Amino acid sequence: MAKYLLLKHYRGAPAPVNNIPMDQWTPDEVEAHIRFMQDFGARLEATGELVDGQALSPDGLWVRYDGEGRPPVTDGPFAETKDLIAGWMIIDVDSQERAIELAGELSAAPGAGGAPIHEWLEVRPFLAAPPNFTE
Amino acid sequence: MDEVALRALVPQVLSVLVRRGADFATAEDAVQEALVRALTAWAREVPADPRAWLITVAWRVFLDVARSDAARRDREVRYDTTPPIGAAPSADDTLHLYFLCAHPDLTPSSAIALTLRAVGGLTTRQIAEAYLVPEATMAQRISRAKRTVGRVGVDRPGDVRTVMRVLYLVFNEGYSGDVDLAVEAIRLTRQLAVVTDDSEVDGLLALMLLHHARRPSRTGADGRLVPLAEQDRSRWDTELAAEAIDVLQSALARDRLGEYQAQAAIAALHADAPSVADTDWVQIVEWYDELLTFADTPVVRLNRAVAVGEADGAPAGLAALGGVDDHIPRRDAVAAYLHEKNGDFALAVRLYADAARNAPNLAERDHQARQAARLNQTRREWS
Repeated sequence: MAKYLLLKHYRGAPAPVNNIPMDQWTPDEVEAHIRFMQDFGARLEATGELVDGQALSPDGLWVRYDGEGRPPVTDGPFAETKDLIAGWMIIDVDSQERAIELAGELSAAPGAGGAPIHEWLEVRPFLAAPPNFTE
Repeated sequence: MDEVALRALVPQVLSVLVRRGADFATAEDAVQEALVRALTAWAREVPADPRAWLITVAWRVFLDVARSDAARRDREVRYDTTPPIGAAPSADDTLHLYFLCAHPDLTPSSAIALTLRAVGGLTTRQIAEAYLVPEATMAQRISRAKRTVGRVGVDRPGDVRTVMRVLYLVFNEGYSGDVDLAVEAIRLTRQLAVVTDDSEVDGLLALMLLHHARRPSRTGADGRLVPLAEQDRSRWDTELAAEAIDVLQSALARDRLGEYQAQAAIAALHADAPSVADTDWVQIVEWYDELLTFADTPVVRLNRAVAVGEADGAPAGLAALGGVDDHIPRRDAVAAYLHEKNGDFALAVRLYADAARNAPNLAERDHQARQAARLNQTRREWS
């Protein structure tokens, strides 16, 4: 088994095919999207592949150390041009093919007109613990 | 004997051990160990006096630990080895335990964890599951809290305000895992009300009961948020609400008003109303004004603006909203609602979308996205 991070972006990802923002969808379209996301999580749980899923607020700051006895330096909120993560799902799957397959399904979440959004998702393998068999 | 009845004995047993001179941290571990043993031993047969059984077993566990610690440090232990069966715990002991666990030197998260374990009798695993953190993390949080309490001492007087704050936070956290934190908070507040003489504790209890009475109608079958205006009021627990109103009325009669009683009074007016339109909004605004004298916070001002909007119309509500800090959660949502009520749909749609983007949780985000979509649809149909 290998763990993968599926990353969803508020901005910074290439533009999706169906690029109409949610606040212009109809109530039924919003409903269908929310249901799809809930069902997707439930389905991964049922197959034993879900590790975690979390959504992030668009608020945030850059923070760095500024020397002994001084408060950290902060910078923010994030500039409009910055890559911004919206949330993630961590899955534990048998192969990279499976991770890609699942990310593809998630990207098909319905948007405006009930059509798939074709949103770009970032798929990142975890660095695993070293194996016991070394040769 | 069910688990809740068993857990109700925990503070009594623990305070007997502490009164006998056991240090708080070791005694607390000993009581947890006695609880674990009770769950297996009592499956076969519940003892005639469960509390005495727990005290005896916990005291023995404590002595074993104290002795082995002493042996390790090559010291003598001077504890009375007879189990303190006859020592009936008093209300003061239980109250003292609440004070310790919500000691002002503890951070809120530590005080919550320690209260749930030492007063509530929950296991570390149950608390960890309820707060969605790893068990090892919660175990560390609890043992650090116990060290702090051991250090700052049992001598400094506690404060019922910090205890109420902790219980309020436990209730407010919702629930996950197999423990319903709201129910647990109510249980602990009831217990606190028995051992204190403070109308604010009764106010807090009434407030929790009133919110709990509405819980069945607050989320839809698919987990969606149902706002107060759309809740099916026939699903409210009227028995619980009636109990809460009794508790509140006798608290108010004592004429020592505070923020929890004022919040409970607002909740009681909602509980009394058959619908949003039939709600006594004028009186609710008055209670918000009262509440502001105890707790002048942006959240109270925000909620007051909603009530003003219902009592005196949307323009008055918007005027009241004008004085509320721009950066608090849900301000956009309230502004959207009031602007929609005022007929300014274009602005309201934009604010609902902002509210979705800035929502502090997923249920709220989905709810505000639905609101934006609904109003957009209305606008399209009209144009």
